[in-house]
Amino acid sequence: MNKNSGKKESLWRNNGFQTIVASLLCIVIGLLVGYIVLLIINPGGAGKAILAIIKNFLYYPSAAAAMKYFGTTLVKASALLMCSLSVLFAYKVGLFNIGAAGQYVVGAGACLYFGLYLGMPWYVCLLAAVLFAAVAGGISGALKAYFNVNEVISCIMLNWIGLYCVNMLLSIVKEQSTPYTKSLSSTNKSALIPNLGLDKLFSKNEFVTIGVPLAVIMAVIVWVVLEKTKFGYELKATGMNKQAAKYCGMREKRNIILTMMIAGGLAGFGAGIFYLTGIEQWMVQQTSVPAMGFNGIAAAFLGGLNPIGTVFSSYFIQHITSGGTYVDKTMYCTQISDLISAFIIYLCGFVLFFKIWLNRILDKREEKRAADGQETAKKQKAAKGQKGGRA
Amino acid sequence: MLLLIQYTLIFASVLVLVALGGCFSEHSGVINIGLEGIMVMGALGGALMMKYLPAGMAAPVVILAVILASVLVGMIFSLLLGVAAIQFKADQTLVGTALNLLGPAAAVVLVRAINTAESVDNVSSTVAYGQAKKSFIVNMGRFEFNWFMLIALLLLVAAYIVLYKTKFGLRLCACGEHPQAADSVGINVYKMRYAGVLISGGLGGLGGLVYITAGVSEWKFENGVAGFGFLALAVMIFGQWKPVNIGLAALLFGLFRALSNVYTGFDALVALKLPSTVYNMLPYIISLVVLVFVSKKSRAPKAEGIPYDKGQR
Repeated sequence: MNKNSGKKESLWRNNGFQTIVASLLCIVIGLLVGYIVLLIINPGGAGKAILAIIKNFLYYPSAAAAMKYFGTTLVKASALLMCSLSVLFAYKVGLFNIGAAGQYVVGAGACLYFGLYLGMPWYVCLLAAVLFAAVAGGISGALKAYFNVNEVISCIMLNWIGLYCVNMLLSIVKEQSTPYTKSLSSTNKSALIPNLGLDKLFSKNEFVTIGVPLAVIMAVIVWVVLEKTKFGYELKATGMNKQAAKYCGMREKRNIILTMMIAGGLAGFGAGIFYLTGIEQWMVQQTSVPAMGFNGIAAAFLGGLNPIGTVFSSYFIQHITSGGTYVDKTMYCTQISDLISAFIIYLCGFVLFFKIWLNRILDKREEKRAADGQETAKKQKAAKGQKGGRA
Repeated sequence: MLLLIQYTLIFASVLVLVALGGCFSEHSGVINIGLEGIMVMGALGGALMMKYLPAGMAAPVVILAVILASVLVGMIFSLLLGVAAIQFKADQTLVGTALNLLGPAAAVVLVRAINTAESVDNVSSTVAYGQAKKSFIVNMGRFEFNWFMLIALLLLVAAYIVLYKTKFGLRLCACGEHPQAADSVGINVYKMRYAGVLISGGLGGLGGLVYITAGVSEWKFENGVAGFGFLALAVMIFGQWKPVNIGLAALLFGLFRALSNVYTGFDALVALKLPSTVYNMLPYIISLVVLVFVSKKSRAPKAEGIPYDKGQR
């Protein structure tokens, strides 16, 4: 009992382990709520529908087809991962980047414009996406640093401004008869990100490009920058206490702007590796900002605000979002997945409380054990004393 | 011109209601970023009430029932924020954002479920309420007077009185400025904060209802409320958290929002040959510019956004 439980306790004390437990709890409760909502709508098919959401591409019986759709999910998840890294990076510096969605839109507009209108190769398009999105993020950062404008509100305003601007810009390269932009594969093949053979792994899914591994590499880079460099330390210090950072000689205004630019660039990169695969065309009459950036918030928090954790959480969020399309549409609608992921974000708000509560229970248990231990020790001592006395 | 005034007034009413909601919540010390989601849910409550009310009821009854529905739904939905932010000390921005995503998603799921249950082929997320909506409108010549304009004005006056002239309002503000001090003189901070959040939920829900009945007689819930909750927050900041200033700020923002609806009626504006998207962007651009000028010397409640912990010094 003693040794074993001691080890177990230290595991429960571990912050990372607590985060993983909390995230898993969020997922389970989120799915449960989704299931209950399905039950309320139509009790008949609820079990099947929630299974369809969890299964996603496994819905297809043939392994080849499942592999192909696994690839598609991965492509979308890689874009989502970049958005969630964008949110995470800003949050570590104390900024809530709800504008990842808008920066993603700006990135999409820039890369498609460079690819379709200017006929640039893919790396130029990708670079354009990153740069323009970084500028969009930088605007919010500058407004925050110099004018004390709340970044959440300025980001939301920029989301809408960005959306309308991109719609206007991409109308130039729109198909004649449809509201969609021309496809990259027919207009400018060089703007497609190369596959390097990755498509063969996923039953010739030509949308699986080097963008997927690149996104994971970016997650590692973000982790290294935040945790292992002086630059990352400075940014985090600025986020913790702006005044203290300034006092220590850090340029806090520059740090805020830089953070938002990096966050924007990350989201733009996500847009680039998504739209430059040709998987989707931009609809120029779009009246709402794509959900990618908002789901990025869910993924960032579900991943415990750890870049490596977000790799898994982004995949999970995308997995259930894609899975939502397989529910029986005569009974339910695909937005049920949005509802689940929105609820998961809500639950993430409770993670801090959960950790405090868990630690309090552990403290109590330890106190009790310590008290017990003292008592037994006293008894033993007393027994020993008696023995000694007798001898 | 008359049309412009009409639209300005109705959009200003929306902004006044929602901004006042935000104002109450923030004066109690809770940042309510989730107003957008609350608006959608309130709109949903009102729309469904209008849909299911039997035809041919007296106009005052219809108005009252619909308002009650949207206020109640808004309040219940805002409780999600209240419980998380006050009881469990969650990050208010995060929970508010969750509300913004949860509201539209829940509304779409619900409306689609209702529509599909009615007929299997109907997968739209639209609720039509043309008939019931007529009770809100009184035609005065060519001017369509909407009862909500009056209600918004009355609530604005009421908010002013409540915030500055009543015990409750002053206590509420104390909780947003210095909750420890408020607690030390026997004010229950948690209760006050719940009150602030609930009021913001009710006003936000009502604002959502006004928004969807502003010009159209059916609403597609996939569209949400197009950032109006955030525009209202901008209005609130521009109005420096004071009811009267909020009213004036709402008129300004309402004017720019109305322009995008009716600019084709002005020869001078048509002659500029700007694409219509420019007018759509206008309210957002203006609010950014305005925020730049007013945020520097912001008079935000001091303790907003900080969860109140009794044990903390």
